[in-house]
Amino acid sequence: MSSTFDQIANIIAETCDIPRDTITPESHAIDDLGIDSLDFLDIAFAIDKAFGIKMPLEKWTQEVNDGKATTEQYFVLKNLAARIDELVAAKNASPGA
Amino acid sequence: MQLDYFILIDRILDLNIEAKTIVVEAQVPPTHTIFEGHFPGFPIMPGVLLTEAMAQSCGWLLLGVMKFERMPFLAMIKEAKMRGFVSPGQLLTIEAKIEHEGSGFAVTSAKARVGKELKCSAEITFRLIPFPDPAFRVHMDAVANKIGFPLQAMPHD
Repeated sequence: MSSTFDQIANIIAETCDIPRDTITPESHAIDDLGIDSLDFLDIAFAIDKAFGIKMPLEKWTQEVNDGKATTEQYFVLKNLAARIDELVAAKNASPGA
Repeated sequence: MQLDYFILIDRILDLNIEAKTIVVEAQVPPTHTIFEGHFPGFPIMPGVLLTEAMAQSCGWLLLGVMKFERMPFLAMIKEAKMRGFVSPGQLLTIEAKIEHEGSGFAVTSAKARVGKELKCSAEITFRLIPFPDPAFRVHMDAVANKIGFPLQAMPHD
């Protein structure tokens, strides 16, 4: 089974037509890969579907805008993968999951 | 349809909040200046307007599901397929459903038919944003009443 990072990288490569080998765990989705907000909607849809979660993009954006978090915490891909793993774990731990 | 006002949906036939589906009707006008140019001697509904009619159907569905707390704005259209011509005077029945509710966005799909014949379909993504102006919300309430938006799905504030 491929890692969370690999799954995200494959989704980004396919959705945004970015060569897969240029996407690394250290890549920043916005600053390095040039993904804009519209493409990120597409990516979020694919990630939500693939992992059965709902990425809280609005909450993350608000935290960044309020200075409570940096974009690196959510949009550097190794960090994004960690956030997704947390969301999946929370879903699996919730009653009825 | 009120093409001049870009209101393409005439009636909501069914809105199922639980199933997240909607069925609407859209009557293509028998005459309009659009048909003089599109096309001379062969008037048909432009594909962009059919796509807009599907988007408006999805939009009303999202408004119902979100209880008018946010306005859906068109963000992305995928797999828009014009499968057959739609002529002046024909009645479109459009079915739409929500495929995915994300954080601040939603993905929907729609199909438009004339009778039983499928004329077009698309997957349409919206950004969901708080109403930017109170007058806008008031306008949407008025249109909702006009097209028969189910009262039980309307907000009570």
